[in-house]
Amino acid sequence: MSETIKTDVLIIGAGPVGLFAVFELGLLDIKAHLVDILDKVGGQCAELYPEKPIYDIPGIPLITGHGLTEALMAQIKPFGPTFHLGEMVTMVEKTGEAAFRVGTDGGKIFECKVVVIAAGGGSFQPKRPPINGIEPYEDKSVHYAVRKMEHFRDKRILIVGGGDSALDWTLNLQPLAKRLTLVHRRDDFRGAPDSVNKMRALVAAGDMDLKIGQVADLEGADGQLAAASIKEKDGTVTRVEVDAMLPFFGLTMKLGPVAEWGLDLENNLIPVDTAAFETNVPGLFAIGDINTYPGKLKLILSGFHEGALMAQKAYHYVYPDKKLVFQYTTSSTSLQKKLGVA
Amino acid sequence: MSEVQEISRSTAVNNETMPKITFIEHDGTVHTVEAEIGATVMETALRNDVASIVAECGGSCTCATCLVHVDEKWSPIVGPPSSEEEEMLDAAFEVKPTSRLSCQIKVTKELDGLIVHTPAYQGR
Repeated sequence: MSETIKTDVLIIGAGPVGLFAVFELGLLDIKAHLVDILDKVGGQCAELYPEKPIYDIPGIPLITGHGLTEALMAQIKPFGPTFHLGEMVTMVEKTGEAAFRVGTDGGKIFECKVVVIAAGGGSFQPKRPPINGIEPYEDKSVHYAVRKMEHFRDKRILIVGGGDSALDWTLNLQPLAKRLTLVHRRDDFRGAPDSVNKMRALVAAGDMDLKIGQVADLEGADGQLAAASIKEKDGTVTRVEVDAMLPFFGLTMKLGPVAEWGLDLENNLIPVDTAAFETNVPGLFAIGDINTYPGKLKLILSGFHEGALMAQKAYHYVYPDKKLVFQYTTSSTSLQKKLGVA
Repeated sequence: MSEVQEISRSTAVNNETMPKITFIEHDGTVHTVEAEIGATVMETALRNDVASIVAECGGSCTCATCLVHVDEKWSPIVGPPSSEEEEMLDAAFEVKPTSRLSCQIKVTKELDGLIVHTPAYQGR
């Protein structure tokens, strides 16, 4: 059964812009929940460049993606946002004046007054390897994630990749697989050394196979894999009989379900007005890299500005009968109380 | 290639001359463009609308969507990937011995005339 969660604002995306939106909304007594497909907050700052320096945050000469995420989390702490990580928003439905229903692939349903899309470059999704004819097997016998280990019991499994995901699933699934083969393009693994050692021990004991090469071809019917051809470094092609394949080539950003929510789109971006960063659907806002308007720059600082203006308009949907008085955090005792510093 | 290289080397005497880089896309489209010394090959591709370079992470060596196959003759001059880049190549497809992430190749005078081939698919 789906649980229904009621909140003022649902923010899609917990990157820097989504996080700062919590602050701007919080100052106006607006509560927010955030949903992000990653299992951590920070968006691209966390996934793509946690250790890389960022030089263009106003007033901060240098900060890493990780540092900025941590700082934003500290800044929004007084407002107690609720995070729903590892979930993708699949449905956004306007159900009335200042009323939305939002659903996730994790089965959660939100009822809220305002929706803010702060989804950056879209959702991070697994890279699909360019193997001819792979599509019909996807979600049937080619999987990009393991939801239930039991599903793989007594199967001949092919895992492709050389990072932690590939190694972790190799070690987890090997005991219950009928036979497990790991394929990687080079005989060097970037995963945790302990996992690499365990995998190599299994290979040495003859309990699994390791092939250095790339998957060139798949055989099977009706979505069920029968075999894969592996092209090894020296050019020889080996045929391995398999029931399931798990490719792990990291993540890439895709627009995803945003395209299905009745929004106008321009080159996969969401057009908004520049007074409130609202879309063609009243009460549905888009801030940060995912929006577009004349003069748009994809900068974190632009996303922060957009969040501040969005919050001003969102207030009128959340509190239609109240008058909003603009205040500064430097001088307003009421704002300072909300921040827990007065 | 040697002829092309000699011609460009001779014109490079003029300091105003920028190194030229040729991108050959998988469908045969050729872009020969001027590159700024110190910029990366990836940045050069984006500035010149080479569509097959995605560069999702903007040059942080974390996404492997700016893969190029360096022309065989140029490969020894460009050199091998760093270990960090080699690890990231694991997330690319159809990686060859001459493959590099173009965000990790800095344009220098020596690379004037460089030829790289871009793949059909960068992961999205």
